[in-house]
Amino acid sequence: MFLGKVIGRLVPAVIYEGMQGVPLLWVQPLDKTGAEKGTAFVCADGTRMAGPGEMIYWEASREAALTLDITYVPVDHAVVGIVDNLHLDPEGN
Amino acid sequence: MILACVKGSITSTIHHPDMAGRKLLVCEKLNDKGEPGDGYVIAIDTIGAGAGEMVIILDEGNGARQILQVGGMPVRSVVVGVVDHVG
Repeated sequence: MFLGKVIGRLVPAVIYEGMQGVPLLWVQPLDKTGAEKGTAFVCADGTRMAGPGEMIYWEASREAALTLDITYVPVDHAVVGIVDNLHLDPEGN
Repeated sequence: MILACVKGSITSTIHHPDMAGRKLLVCEKLNDKGEPGDGYVIAIDTIGAGAGEMVIILDEGNGARQILQVGGMPVRSVVVGVVDHVG
């Protein structure tokens, strides 16, 4: 899993069968310190509670679809949880 | 499996139901010289690793789900060992 920040919501006009009602978010990936790194992507929201401005953790590949109720769907990135606190230990070098 | 160094942890209240009670560690991947700089990964801790320790991470979904014994869990990375020494 990796860190990300929600930067927007998507509203699909037409979507693949089984994905109706699944929230889609635009997510900017972050490095381990919480700084932006990489290109933004579209993420399904397995928590159904994440919104713009929140730090989340996401999973990619086959595991992403497992966050949803219907798991055999074309999803390759999904939000697994919302981050309350990122604690980096100063001794963790 | 990959070699990594634990840098810290994250806490989360709202998450996938299967993630309840899991400890999540922020781990920096190490290269062939044992140095950081090859990215990071957030892994579920199964053995009680802490910050500053060098660990082994299983980075494969089916194996991770078998270790955690949860069938449809959205997880790929699990800390499965603490390394004392690399020769």
